[in-house]
Amino acid sequence: MSGTGTGAGRGGVSGVRRRAVSGWKGGPGPGALAPVARRLRALARAELALLGRNRGAVFTALAMPLTLPFAMRPALDDLDLKKEGLDIGTVLLTTAIGFSFLFAVYTSLVSAYVARREELVLKRLRTGELSDPEILTGTALPAIALGLAQAVVLSAGCAALLHTGAPKAPYLLLPGLLAGLVVSAALAALTASFTRTAESAQVTALPMVFVSMVGSGITVPTEVMPERLASVCELLPLSPAIRLIRAGWSGQLGTHETLGALATALAWTIVAVFAVRRWFRWEPRR
Amino acid sequence: MDKDEHEPVIEVTDLRRVYGGGFEAVRGITFSVARGEIFALLGTNGAGKTSTVELLEGLAAPAGGRVRVLGHDPYRERAAVRPRTGVMLQEGGFPAELTVAETARMWAGCTSGARPEPEVLELVGLADKHRVRVKQLSGGERRRLDLALALLGEPEVLFLDEPTTGLDAEGRRDTWKLVRNLRDAGTTVLLTTHYLEEAEGLADRLAILHEGRIAASGTPAEVTAGRPSRMSFELPEGYFPGDLPPLADLGVCDHESDGRTVLLRTAELQRTATAVLAWAERAGVELRGLDVRSASLEEAFLGIARERGMTS
Repeated sequence: MSGTGTGAGRGGVSGVRRRAVSGWKGGPGPGALAPVARRLRALARAELALLGRNRGAVFTALAMPLTLPFAMRPALDDLDLKKEGLDIGTVLLTTAIGFSFLFAVYTSLVSAYVARREELVLKRLRTGELSDPEILTGTALPAIALGLAQAVVLSAGCAALLHTGAPKAPYLLLPGLLAGLVVSAALAALTASFTRTAESAQVTALPMVFVSMVGSGITVPTEVMPERLASVCELLPLSPAIRLIRAGWSGQLGTHETLGALATALAWTIVAVFAVRRWFRWEPRR
Repeated sequence: MDKDEHEPVIEVTDLRRVYGGGFEAVRGITFSVARGEIFALLGTNGAGKTSTVELLEGLAAPAGGRVRVLGHDPYRERAAVRPRTGVMLQEGGFPAELTVAETARMWAGCTSGARPEPEVLELVGLADKHRVRVKQLSGGERRRLDLALALLGEPEVLFLDEPTTGLDAEGRRDTWKLVRNLRDAGTTVLLTTHYLEEAEGLADRLAILHEGRIAASGTPAEVTAGRPSRMSFELPEGYFPGDLPPLADLGVCDHESDGRTVLLRTAELQRTATAVLAWAERAGVELRGLDVRSASLEEAFLGIARERGMTS
């Protein structure tokens, strides 16, 4: 073993670093984003490998969104969807994308955050150059990418098999997907804040999953709910995303309602970010 | 400015740490570490070593007092400090399912100016393990992986929390050699240990922590200097400690005895030993289990524990 090689370049290297540091202090310029992207990529890549090696998580993330919606089809057939301007293909598609948010992103991320905390990985990462938001974002990226990929595949599949056709208001899809993915990831971090162990993650994630399935229009379209109940359910975390995505296909959402949905999604994201800053635990309890 | 050789690289003033339950783990400690120095925090489990190091690493904010690393607050000015420090936590911190190479690549991607990963793995003797998953590594190999990653960014300051725990004798010697080489190349090293010989052999200066306070500090020689040397032996049947010459005349400052075995502590080891041996010669007494040793860090450490009413 030899550590003597470390001395020679030290002066030069640390000199460069010091300049970079003073640049940071003046506020992040455009050059400051490159190292952030590099760190996020490194962390996301490792996290993707870990996700791939966790068979249970992969199964849940892939199987739930692809199978559950079709098990629900008989129940949906009983609803009078035409009256609300919906067709079965659109409803099934948003249901599938909703399950993707819940299982590929939310549930799998709650487990990932808690598992990394238990392994002291989060603590170790905090000793390095990553900032706290970078650690949480980098860990979430593979799950978010998986959720996005599922949404694309499901959309194409439903278009081909269920004749959903082209979206009537495609400009609503992107904000809808963005809202769903970001809110799911942010709430996963918040849920992880109140989850002690990887085992208990299976329980602490349930309330959000149930409430979203029933209230956010994933299993029951909010359009067919009584008006008063629907207006309350529209305020749930994943409701704006589902609403925007469904409207992307049906084309039935006024400007006023679109802005309302976006504002609700933004509000949940802001609440989650502040709550995570306040309550997220980076180390296991002793 | 912080390039100045005489400027302390680590400065700790009246540092305090209190945990959620109200337990005060660090109770006002002050020390500083100069550039290119190896500084050891020595103490029993629960003395406050890790609690202190975590404050220096910037993992938590102190409850009181001040920490400066390279002139910055490591907790509030994280972005300024982190690219210049390397950290080895007391345990773990790597996903079990990643391989050694994947772990190193991930860490390199998060480190500015990182050296090539194979180079640091080679440095700690893990080059042939790069395809092995972390969960399959032995405890000692995990410590060495942790050390390798702490060295990736060629840090100016290195924090090592119990770097050799779990290592075998050879691995421990290799780590000591590596740490000395780093120090000689100008790296400042702060390490914690409960191995006395590690602190004595490796540290330029050290502090002994006891219940969250510094009980003694200085170079190993300074810390042991004020400590008494010791002489112990067993008296044969029929002889009692009272038969010895008056202890004050022997230069003994403290003694313990159970009637047969006698332990003398003295600041003048040669004088005491000479007098005791001369008495034994005159009286024709054979002193069995004769043990004479000058003050060591171990004696200092045990002395502190004893004085502060801690069972050893």
